[in-house]
Amino acid sequence: MAPALSLFHSGQPIPLRNVPDLSIVEFRAAILSAVRSGSSLAALFGMPAQNQHVQLIAVVADSATNSISILRTVVEKSYPCLTLECPQAHWFEREIAEQWLVHPQGHPWLKPIRFHAPYRPGDRLSPAPKAGVTDFFAMAGEEVHEVAVGPVHAGIIEPGHFRFQCHGEEVFHLEISLGYQHRGVEQALVAGPGKRTIHLMETLCGDTSIGHSTAYCEAIEALGGTAVSARAQVLRGVALELERLANHTGDLGALAGDAGYLPAAAYCGRIRGDFLNLTAALCGSRFGRGLIRPGGVGFDLDSQLVVKLQERLEAALKDVEDAVALLWDASSVQARFEHTGTLTRETCETLGLVGPAARACGVERDVRQDFPSGIFRFAQIPISKWHSGDVFARAWVRWLEIQRSGAFLREQLASMPEGSILSSAGPPLPDHLVVSFVEGWRGEICHVAITDAHGRFARYKIIDPSFHNWMGLAIAMRNQQISDFPLCNKSFNLSYCGHDL
Amino acid sequence: MPSLLLTRLRQGKRTVPFPEIEPVLPERFRGLPILDQTRCPSGCTSCADACPTDAITSAGGLQIDLGRCLFCPECANACPEGAISFGQQYRLATSNRNDLVLAEGETLRLASRLAEQSHRILGRSLKLRQVSAGGCNGCEADVNVLNTVVFDLGRFGIQFVASPRHADGLLITGAITQNMRLALEKTYSAIPEPKIVIAVGACAISGGPFRDHPEVLNGANNVLPVDLFVPGCPPHPITILDGLLRLLGRIENCSRSRNSGQD
Repeated sequence: MAPALSLFHSGQPIPLRNVPDLSIVEFRAAILSAVRSGSSLAALFGMPAQNQHVQLIAVVADSATNSISILRTVVEKSYPCLTLECPQAHWFEREIAEQWLVHPQGHPWLKPIRFHAPYRPGDRLSPAPKAGVTDFFAMAGEEVHEVAVGPVHAGIIEPGHFRFQCHGEEVFHLEISLGYQHRGVEQALVAGPGKRTIHLMETLCGDTSIGHSTAYCEAIEALGGTAVSARAQVLRGVALELERLANHTGDLGALAGDAGYLPAAAYCGRIRGDFLNLTAALCGSRFGRGLIRPGGVGFDLDSQLVVKLQERLEAALKDVEDAVALLWDASSVQARFEHTGTLTRETCETLGLVGPAARACGVERDVRQDFPSGIFRFAQIPISKWHSGDVFARAWVRWLEIQRSGAFLREQLASMPEGSILSSAGPPLPDHLVVSFVEGWRGEICHVAITDAHGRFARYKIIDPSFHNWMGLAIAMRNQQISDFPLCNKSFNLSYCGHDL
Repeated sequence: MPSLLLTRLRQGKRTVPFPEIEPVLPERFRGLPILDQTRCPSGCTSCADACPTDAITSAGGLQIDLGRCLFCPECANACPEGAISFGQQYRLATSNRNDLVLAEGETLRLASRLAEQSHRILGRSLKLRQVSAGGCNGCEADVNVLNTVVFDLGRFGIQFVASPRHADGLLITGAITQNMRLALEKTYSAIPEPKIVIAVGACAISGGPFRDHPEVLNGANNVLPVDLFVPGCPPHPITILDGLLRLLGRIENCSRSRNSGQD
């Protein structure tokens, strides 16, 4: 029988004493029952507990009631894994095993995800594993062969290793091995916040600087009781949607390129830069560095600049509509997009995918609707979804989102509230926990901050949407031609650094 | 097909005429820092204290290490007197790591042309292999845009290639993680001589915001000999392009400047 759980909101500071201490049996039962009834596992991670034990913390999010539950339990060396009954836990449990040397018994795929020495006190001397050296799944038989790609790829992209098990051209299985970008971000955040904290947030996944720095600021503002002005919230929303516009446009161009359709690739590549330059007009950086700060934003807009942004936005939106229209009209592109890399809605929900990848399977899941914060509590963006689950759907959802982000920006820039842009941030409450959600352009960004008795971070957990979605790409490749990999990969366009941290 | 041609007409020619004409940069662009020590109250360390990467030293004269600098606004915001500000100068690439350490009144020694023999071989056609080794995808993205129609890198004879065997050099981004060290070294050794190494971004030069994390090696020059340092977090694409063109001798140090570069 699962215990009754207290419900909280995202962005609400929760005293640690209000988080129920469960036995491992209750902990498992509560997670499994919540996920069975439609909640998602937003976070599951370890942190040091007394006597060198490890505390497991889970965040279960229920979009139907806009509420979250926090669960915790203490384990020593092992516990019966959740993954067999709840595949959403798969990657989380591998992370727990790697970071804290806690064995999720019965886990079907227990291999490192980042290849680093464990964090557990007392086990610091364990030798660090070698990146990419692991027990890869293999197939045997006639005409069976293996293709290994990476960590260094052919283009200008981040490193990762892909191992395909093929029968002729057909991929039976793809195994993705990451960790090459592991820079120790989470460990560096412990005992913070410090003067580097916001910069680590901006660079843990640099194409999502606005998304992650917003999630961090909302967490630290909740812990400090800091009120953010309406004007600052609008500017954050504007920056978040500009980030989405730039990346979605770039992705549509790259998808066109991978289908061999160069006109749309060339135009979208350029228009992506136009959106980045709008962010630069706001804060001096194409990636929004320096913009989002605890207490508000670092740069304001005057009326002249608003007009300039509006003009440039209209021009870029017109250009992107013109360029993207080519994609839907070209039968050679559609032939490559349709029925390629298909995921069913059921698979998507089982794996707990997020963002455009989930919405392309018909799943209505968007933090801006489900757990809205900031300006998104007042200005709602409709959820964009499509049902077919293939490369086409992932492209089409991006196009719908481009249009809706454009409409949001028009509306916000036309009616900016007055007021200051930065209020002073208070010190974080001691012994509290807060969960913040932001819908980044790849999907749900989840940050969990836990403070110690002095108000310093005892643990700061970051879950980039890619953490949920890499497994989706692996499954989407099953029974596909290996030559479809670039297209499938680009249709997800996941982050290596956001995953590796 | 007609719609394709109409779109082609509407989208127009969008390649920037760099380096012939100065680029248009955003007004709030943070380029080369401008130091004015006369404004420093005695004993003040506000800027150095605010700097997230310890790029600034204030004791014994204001000095900034552009190789560590994230070009973030923290120091300028922290200074009560306006002794540090960011200008519009986007030309920032140097040939030596030490040239990036700049004291007040010093002029940045921009990158010079490759040595004669390398220049003879690589000066008109430079093929680069890019390796990302612990970056954030910011530098990677702004290197990648050099291939778009806006910058059209190919017109300078520079191209990113898929194999180190086809390359004349490496362009490295990221702080160099322990986990990428081996792959980076193997890629370098697979490139035929003579070869060059270009470090793009604060991470690849000094470790950037990840400096001194045990998981990283604080930049490319701790692993390989570096010929060009392009500072920034990330550097503007024009800053990267300017560095590449200097290396090839396409832009000389006494470069002209035809307009103010204002937005």
